[in-house]
Amino acid sequence: MSAENPHRTRHDPHATPDAGHGERVGVYVCHCGHNIANTVAVEEVAEWAGEQPNVVVARDYKFMCSSLGQELIEQDIQQLGLNRVVVAACSPHMHEKTFRSACQRAGLNPYLFEMANIREMGSWATDDREAATQKAKAQVKGAVERAVRQQPLEPLYVDINPNTLVVGGGIAGLTAALELANAGYHVYLVERDSSIGGHMAKLDKTFPTLDCAACILTPKMVDVANHPNITLMTWSEVLSVHGYVGNFTVRVRKKARYIKEDLCTGCGTCVEKCPVRIIDQNFEVGLGYRKAVYRNFPQAVPKYPVIDTANCTFFQRGKCRACEIVCPTDAIDFNQKDEIVDLEVGNIILATGYEQFDARRVPQYGYGRLANVFTSMEFERMVNAAGPTAGRVVLRDGVTVPKRIAIIHCVGSRDKNYHEYCSRACCMAALKFAHLVHERVPEAEVFNFYIDIRASGKHYEEFYHRVLSEGTHFIRGRVAEVTDAARGPGEEGQLIIQVEDTLIGKQRRIPVDMVILMAGMESRKDARQVAALFGLGCDYDGWFTERHAKLDPVVTMTEGILVAGACQGPKAIPESVAQGSAAAARVAGMMGQRVMKREPVRACIDAASCSGCRICNTLCPYHAITFHEDRKVSEVIPALCQGCGACVAACPSAAISGAHFTRDQVLAQIEGILWDARQPEVLWLEPQ
Amino acid sequence: MRYGYYPGCSLERNAGAYHTSLMAVAAQLGVEFAEVDDWNCCGATEFIAVNRLRAYALVSRNLALAARQTNGSNGAAKGQLVAPCSACYLNLSKVEHYLSQSPALASGVNNALAAGGLSYEPGSVRVRHLLDVLVNDVGYEKVAARVRRPLHGLRVAPYYGCLVVRPGFQGRFDDPEYPTSLDRLMRTLGATVVDFPLKAHCCGGHMTQISRDVALELIRRLLKNAADYQADMIVTLCPMCQLNLDAFQESVNGLFGTEYRIPILFFTQLMGLAFGLSPAAVGIGKEFVDARPALAKIGAAAPAAAEAAPKRKPRRGDQSLPLPQMPEEEL
Repeated sequence: MSAENPHRTRHDPHATPDAGHGERVGVYVCHCGHNIANTVAVEEVAEWAGEQPNVVVARDYKFMCSSLGQELIEQDIQQLGLNRVVVAACSPHMHEKTFRSACQRAGLNPYLFEMANIREMGSWATDDREAATQKAKAQVKGAVERAVRQQPLEPLYVDINPNTLVVGGGIAGLTAALELANAGYHVYLVERDSSIGGHMAKLDKTFPTLDCAACILTPKMVDVANHPNITLMTWSEVLSVHGYVGNFTVRVRKKARYIKEDLCTGCGTCVEKCPVRIIDQNFEVGLGYRKAVYRNFPQAVPKYPVIDTANCTFFQRGKCRACEIVCPTDAIDFNQKDEIVDLEVGNIILATGYEQFDARRVPQYGYGRLANVFTSMEFERMVNAAGPTAGRVVLRDGVTVPKRIAIIHCVGSRDKNYHEYCSRACCMAALKFAHLVHERVPEAEVFNFYIDIRASGKHYEEFYHRVLSEGTHFIRGRVAEVTDAARGPGEEGQLIIQVEDTLIGKQRRIPVDMVILMAGMESRKDARQVAALFGLGCDYDGWFTERHAKLDPVVTMTEGILVAGACQGPKAIPESVAQGSAAAARVAGMMGQRVMKREPVRACIDAASCSGCRICNTLCPYHAITFHEDRKVSEVIPALCQGCGACVAACPSAAISGAHFTRDQVLAQIEGILWDARQPEVLWLEPQ
Repeated sequence: MRYGYYPGCSLERNAGAYHTSLMAVAAQLGVEFAEVDDWNCCGATEFIAVNRLRAYALVSRNLALAARQTNGSNGAAKGQLVAPCSACYLNLSKVEHYLSQSPALASGVNNALAAGGLSYEPGSVRVRHLLDVLVNDVGYEKVAARVRRPLHGLRVAPYYGCLVVRPGFQGRFDDPEYPTSLDRLMRTLGATVVDFPLKAHCCGGHMTQISRDVALELIRRLLKNAADYQADMIVTLCPMCQLNLDAFQESVNGLFGTEYRIPILFFTQLMGLAFGLSPAAVGIGKEFVDARPALAKIGAAAPAAAEAAPKRKPRRGDQSLPLPQMPEEEL
């Protein structure tokens, strides 16, 4: 081993070029620094691989993915005449593309390359060096056996539909839609609610700059509504998604508003005259009322109201028609029906957001039982000038101004009984609340009960110091309970916070008038159904899974489906906006290429063997198989086929084969993996 | 339904009324309790702190006997052991849980049991609290069907104490912070259940013997809370809680200058009364604070159903904010 030669080589100069079927395989075993080499005896694996049939050269190298490692492969292809390459390293998700490109640069068809994942499936999964080495050999053997049977394939090129679907009209979705529209691409923005704006529209002020949420949000909402490149579909839901990246067909239900949008001027007379008043559980989070024909808020976009049929007197009892009578433009239409619309798009950005944790699930904090316990979103509505109390901070009776207010952090977050994660935004929102109380009720005392103050963000810590200097009390400790059970005269008629103050090491009981629970964020109740609809993954908590937590945060494992904002995990406004822009940039970048290279991994039906049973027709999740009635045979449409292999496995006549995953390739790989498997021993049990 | 039954020492002495009433109620509901033959002390709350292995072995002996005697023959539910006393329930279920978790502990305990010719395989007995069996196995519907004299007009504070729902490991049948199964059972009987925020707080336990002032303060809080909510009585499911709140009520009044006269009854006593049994048949009269004045209110006031006011429509000029929507209570 000379010092100049960084890689060791087992090269048999006498190997005949025609060994086996004439395939000349090069095997490359990667150390991945210590990641693989610490557990797998990589030199031994390489040496052993060099002795296998068809293998012309086998090397091990510190980092195969480095440019030196790739050059090594390229050189060998050209100098040794390799026509198959096997790299034993990490997951194909990481570097299959890298090595395929290396092969291509050296003139080898990239589909004659095979990867053995000895890191995630070997060295990372065990500490047992011997077993890991043995498994690595089996994986390499399997890869070699498969590689020698591989066929050169040519990629397919498809056009990318330049339209994009954005699902969710909160701040993340609005941002993504505007970015793409401004770049000249058409966007369909689908929103389930009657107005866009999302959670942000409910807020009064935004931390840490305290600018008015509506003042910075509503211009964006208006831009979206007026943008020539955006088709805004509110009060609409996605029903189904078919196709693949570049060519999705999305079916959307536009729910009936019972308002003719072309006639409605948004004057609001119908809302004013509607005699039905019910508690608004959606926008006012139960703290305020709305009518049966309603708009979420005065600046709602679009301006048209909707009729809530479940509470409308006309829909329930067949009479009333007050709105129809007062409407100056005859825009009320009780006969409107839901509409189904099909959209053709190339990419989909999901920005479906979060739900607030239900504070009723923490019964010891008394929400729902003790009237003056509020959730953070209720308080947001309360301090909002357009909210139910017009911005006055009052108790549940609507009149009394509280003198002592407790803000309890981490309700449902950082708690193994509910959600272990931190919801990120609530500490800063709690600080903002403390500030707003000081501003609106200067004589009130505010107590913040926290575990840690998480103020990591631009100007966040400064805002924390500002609130500290305003005289807010900060008590470090998780609140044990909120109770109205007074122990003595000092506590009568108040809510008592029972807490261990961990900074002074004492139990304290602090009587207050009002309690605000900083309820955390959780994934939407239907997040898993939505994920299944769009074919992406969810983590344990129901957040959508990104391709890579650090390096690919807005792309999912499903090509063409992107995520932005709090549907991917708890986020405040700045991060949601950043993700919305990032997702838009990714989509724009892809559409800039106009055509897209697609894997040639496709199923193909041998018409001579097809019995016409049509099992595959219904099985195909992409509707890619068509049936020829005249000839009674099925045929795969290559442009639609995704290469999932479901039909290949299901075909009773073995008439379907999957390119790059043919029967003989897969069986040979299995044979290779089982190279050292012994014949099972037959055990004779002694009769007892 | 037939269950193994572990009465524990309390039910033979101070909580005799609990035993009498639960047996009477069980007979009405078609539940049979077969007492574990030759059972011994559960170690109460103290012994585990004195010597762990001995305490585990002490409890395990009861589990071993129960496993042998509730083996599914003669119609008994296999391996189901019911303990009405919260301390017994906690000790039995806790030791069973620990033995299942730790093979080393199980073998140590089995070594000790071997001296008495016994052995215990972890997992073979499921320890249940009486309340769990009555509300989950028998069920509220069946209980409701037996009610002959609904407890209309009686305001009760349901008191769970600390042991029956905590620690919240597997097998616990209610929320460890804010249990509600007894509330619902009392509503099933027709009683009015008052909000009782201290329902899972400490009754002082054996502190009455060690640190009297601490215990009396804890008892005072509970009595005050029940009085603040105008409860006619406190209903318990634990002999310790019943004893402390009942027998030491006079001492609390003496120390704090209060005048509480709040009867403390076992929930099975109220079940029996609602089923139409006589007060004597459910052990009424054994309590220190006489329950009869409170029980005289049964039926005197309007039925609970009429109490629920119709949903208030917001009036003009009313600025009050709506209360959070709660899931509809079943009863």
